[in-house]
Amino acid sequence: MHELSVCGALAELVNRRAGDRPVTTISLRIGRLRQIVPDTLAFCWTMVTAETALAGSRLEIETVDATVTCADCGHVSRIDPHPPLFVCHGCGGFSLTVLTGEEFLLLALDLAEV
Amino acid sequence: MGRFHRHDDGTEHRHDEPHDRTGHDHSGYATGAQRIQVLEHIFGENDRTAAANRADFAAHGVHTVNVMSSPGAGKTTLLRQTLRRLDGVRVGVLEGDIHTSLDADRLGGLGAAIALVNTGDGFGGECHLDAPMVRSALPRLPLADLDLLLIENVGNLVCPAEFDVGEAARAMVYAVTEGEDKPLKYPVMFRSVELVLINKIDLLPYLDFDLDAFLANVRAVNPGARTLRLSARTGEGVDGWVEWLRSRTGADVPSPA
Repeated sequence: MHELSVCGALAELVNRRAGDRPVTTISLRIGRLRQIVPDTLAFCWTMVTAETALAGSRLEIETVDATVTCADCGHVSRIDPHPPLFVCHGCGGFSLTVLTGEEFLLLALDLAEV
Repeated sequence: MGRFHRHDDGTEHRHDEPHDRTGHDHSGYATGAQRIQVLEHIFGENDRTAAANRADFAAHGVHTVNVMSSPGAGKTTLLRQTLRRLDGVRVGVLEGDIHTSLDADRLGGLGAAIALVNTGDGFGGECHLDAPMVRSALPRLPLADLDLLLIENVGNLVCPAEFDVGEAARAMVYAVTEGEDKPLKYPVMFRSVELVLINKIDLLPYLDFDLDAFLANVRAVNPGARTLRLSARTGEGVDGWVEWLRSRTGADVPSPA
């Protein structure tokens, strides 16, 4: 259901950017901390766009790993999503700042002109 | 549109050039395919509206807390207990519910201004409140006469965490009946709040709930989160949450000794 609401917001954004030009591919960058399942997002996209101008357009999803930096030792750790333990791999500290993984961007649109 | 033309976004190209040497795909009927770079946050529109809400709350001196939880964790029961204890604080409640006014009805008669946002107009009913929904309800609240606005979000541990509605703080209600592993399964929600209210502690004698394991899981995903134990049913511990709210409104801060 989360992916469904994301697709609604995305469709509005794509329509605003593309205007009346047909869109073939939508490139996204999504961090792993966003709880998005790419296959589910693609499935929801076909539902949300069915019988609209965006019907048939395809999502191209670039996934970004979650990484954090530690305020205590400076070590950069990759946070594994299963389970998502926010602990420094260098010193075991908890004073972490997220570097990557929260991205949620529309990167580009591929347009076709008929 | 001519063969050589310019789009609103400033891109321009022509269609009368021979395409054979350009390496374009001619397999479809679509010609002149083109990529436009966007680089825009998918929730940008929501976030702009959230900023407008936040500015309105600040202008009226209203401290706004977004209260989230899974369905049935006890948000509405807790809010009833909360409103009874917040005398001296002028409270508004913005109630998000998919189809009914049941929760809003339960909160009536306790001295708070209540605005209901039914989210059922969305795609089968939205599963969260977003900033435009909150904005649409603001005219129904007397912001100038409020110290505190409690936003009761739609019961859901996933989507509400993603939508900034303009709040100053986020708290979540978690019930001990949900099991110890919820922070690991819904890390985005648990990471997004500064306070986790551990509700239904009156049921602990009847459950195999491992509170220490739960607290360790909260710490694993959100080391800075504060936790408070309470029972919205019996009222035990609710005062701690009420004090937390009072300390933020500025309306009733104890004077320094």
